[in-house]
Amino acid sequence: MLEARGIVKRFGGLVAVNQVDFNVQEGMIASIIGPNGAGKTTFFNVLTGVCRPEAGSLRFGGEELVGRRPDQITALGMCRTFQNIRLFGNMTVLENVLVGMHTRLDVRYVDALLRTSLFHDAERAALKRGGELLAFVGLRDVANEVARNLPYGAMRRLEIARALASSPRLLLLDEPTAGMNPAESQALMGFLRRVREELKLTVVLIEHNMRVVMSISDRITVLDYGEKISEGPPEHVQSDPRVVEAYLGRQARAH
Amino acid sequence: MTNGAAPAASSTRRSAIPPAAWALIALAYLAVSAWSSVRLPNSLFAFLFFLSSLFLLYYAPVATVLRVVLGAVALLLLMPVIGASNAFYLEVATQVGIFVALALGLNIVVGLAGLLDLGYVAFFAVGAYLWAVMGSAQATVAFGIAPLASWWFFPFLVLSVVAAGVAGVMLGLPVLRLRGDYLAIVTLGFGEVIRVLANNLDKPINFTNGPQGISPVGRPPLFFLDAWNRWLAGMGRAPWEESAVYPFVFYFLVIAVVAVVILVTHRVEDSHVGRAWTAIREDEAAAVTMGIPLVRMKLLAFATGASFAGVMGMLFASKQYFINPESFTFMESIGVLAMVILGGMGNIPGAILGASLVTILNLQVLKDLSIWLNGLRQAGTIVTLPIIGSYNLASLPAQLEPAKYERMVFGVILILMMIFRPQGILPSRRRARELHDVAAAGEVATNA
Repeated sequence: MLEARGIVKRFGGLVAVNQVDFNVQEGMIASIIGPNGAGKTTFFNVLTGVCRPEAGSLRFGGEELVGRRPDQITALGMCRTFQNIRLFGNMTVLENVLVGMHTRLDVRYVDALLRTSLFHDAERAALKRGGELLAFVGLRDVANEVARNLPYGAMRRLEIARALASSPRLLLLDEPTAGMNPAESQALMGFLRRVREELKLTVVLIEHNMRVVMSISDRITVLDYGEKISEGPPEHVQSDPRVVEAYLGRQARAH
Repeated sequence: MTNGAAPAASSTRRSAIPPAAWALIALAYLAVSAWSSVRLPNSLFAFLFFLSSLFLLYYAPVATVLRVVLGAVALLLLMPVIGASNAFYLEVATQVGIFVALALGLNIVVGLAGLLDLGYVAFFAVGAYLWAVMGSAQATVAFGIAPLASWWFFPFLVLSVVAAGVAGVMLGLPVLRLRGDYLAIVTLGFGEVIRVLANNLDKPINFTNGPQGISPVGRPPLFFLDAWNRWLAGMGRAPWEESAVYPFVFYFLVIAVVAVVILVTHRVEDSHVGRAWTAIREDEAAAVTMGIPLVRMKLLAFATGASFAGVMGMLFASKQYFINPESFTFMESIGVLAMVILGGMGNIPGAILGASLVTILNLQVLKDLSIWLNGLRQAGTIVTLPIIGSYNLASLPAQLEPAKYERMVFGVILILMMIFRPQGILPSRRRARELHDVAAAGEVATNA
C-alpha cells in the first residue's frame, strides 16, 4: 500500500536519506532500525510530508504523496506519532483525540456558528468514537484530565489514540517504547498486535528496542548513514554481517 | 456576562449555601448596588459596586435562567437608569462594551490560536474609516457621491464585519509562516501601516482627510423618536432631544453587538474550529500532522478576530462623531492585549473582566484619583506622615497626576501579573465532558 522509490533528502551537504526504496504491504508490521543518526526519523518526516524529498516518488494507495501537505496526507489515511511525545499539553485527553478526528469531521465553520443539526450529529459521533478509542487504549477514566498531567506511559498511549482518531489505514510509530521499562515495552507489543488484529491496521515502526523489533516485525529495514543496508524478515537481518557491522563497528567482526 | 452556558465553577464547587439563598443574595446585591448608584450618582464606589454585581451573578451557583434574566435586567434596564442619573457612567459602560468586544476578538487570535498580534487596532480602524468615509461629507470629497443616508448604517454593520475580516485575511496571508516574535513584529508593522495610511491618504485623492480626521460621522437613524415626541407632546411633556437619546442608542447597539460577539466566540470555541486553534497554539507541527489545515485555520482565526474589531470600530466612529488617526495608535493595540493578558488568555469571562477592569481604571479610577489629589492640593490639606512629619499637600508637584500615569500603571500591572499570576485573573479551564457510550466501549476495553 505504501511504495517509496529512490527517496533522497539532503540537509545542506548532509545526505540524510539516500536512495531508499521502501514498500509496505497491507496488514504487515514493518520496522525501520538503525544506529542513531541513520536517518530514520527524517525518512518518517518525508513520508508524512513534514519535509519534501529532493528526489524519489512516494505512492500511498495509488496517490502520489510528494508535494502534498502533512494534513492532506493525514486525510488520505496515514498518521504518525512522535519520538519525543508531542501532545497538546493544555488540552484534555479527550480533546487531544477529538483534534485527531479533525479531517474526518464533515462540518464547516458555519455549521459551528449556527449550531446546525449536522454540527450536533458530528460532535455526538465524535464524542462517541473518542470514548471508544480512549477505552481501547485504556485511558477512558482520565478522559477529562489535562494531557500534560498524565504519566509517561499513558502519554505514549494517548499519542497513539490521537493518531488512530484520524482513522488511518497506515500507522507510523516513531520509537513507541522509548523510555519504557521491559514490562511496559512488553505491554506495548501486545497493544500493537491488538491494533493490527482488531483495527486491521498496517503499522510502520521505528524502534531501538531489539527485543520488541525482533518479536513483532514481519519485515525489518536497516538504515545506516541514510542508506538501506539490509532488509528482510527478523532472522535474516539479525544474521546479516552488514547490520552487525553498522551496530557494533568493523572491529566486532574480527573478535 | 449573560453568556447562556453555565460556568464549570457552579457545578463543581457546591457550597454550603443553598441555591435559593444564592439567588436572594444575587438579587439583593444587584438591587442595593443599582439603587446606590442612582442615589449617589457621583460615587465611583457605588458604580463599581454595581458592575461587580454582574460578575457575582455570573459566578453565583444559581439557575441559568435566573442568571440570564437578572443579567438582562441589569444591563438593559438598570444600567440605562443609572446612565440617566449620570451620563458619564453610560459613556463608561459603552466604552467597556467596545473594549470587551475588542478583547474577545484579540483573545481568539492570541489566546486561542496563539498568534501574537500587536497590530490589532488596525482592524478597528478599518471598520471605523469604512463608515466614517461613506457616511459623512467625506464621501463627496473622496468619491464625488452624496453621503450615504443614515439607514445605510445598518447594512454597514455587516459590511464592516466583512471588510475587517478581509483585512484579517490580508494580514494573515503573508505572515502564515511566522511565529512568536517574528509574527509580533510584522503585525505591529501592519498596524502602523494602516494608521500611516489613514494619516496620509488625503492626497493625491483625499480619502481619509489625513490628520484632521473626519467629522461629523454619520449616526444611525432614530426611527422611533418623531412618533415618541408627538406622543410626549400629546401628554403635554417636553420632547426628547436627539443628542440626549444617542448615548442610549449607542449603549444598546454596543450591548447587542457584544452579545453576538460572545455567542459567536462561545460557539466557535466549543467546536472543531476552536479545538484546531488550541491545537495550533499548543504545537503547530503536531497539529498539522494530525490533519489540521494550518493555512485555513490561521486565516479563520485572523478573520474572526478582526471582524469583531471591525464592527466595533464602526460603532466607535459613529459614537465619537469624529475620528482621526490618533485614535488608532500602537498604544491601543497594547491596551487591548493588556486586557486579554490581565483577564486570562483563551477565556471568555477572562477577556470580559480584563476589558472592564482596564477600561474602568483608565476612564474612571485614575481620573477620579487626579481630581481627588487636585482637591487636596487646592485645599492645602496638611497630612502627618510617619517619617516625613507634617506635609502640606499644596506643595505637591503639579506633575503628580495619576491620569497621566496610565501607561506606567499598565506597565506595573502587567509586570506584576507576569510575576505572580501569568495565567491571568481568570485562567482558562478545559471543559469537562460526559462520555455516554460506556456499554459500547466497555466491550473493547475488557479485551485489554
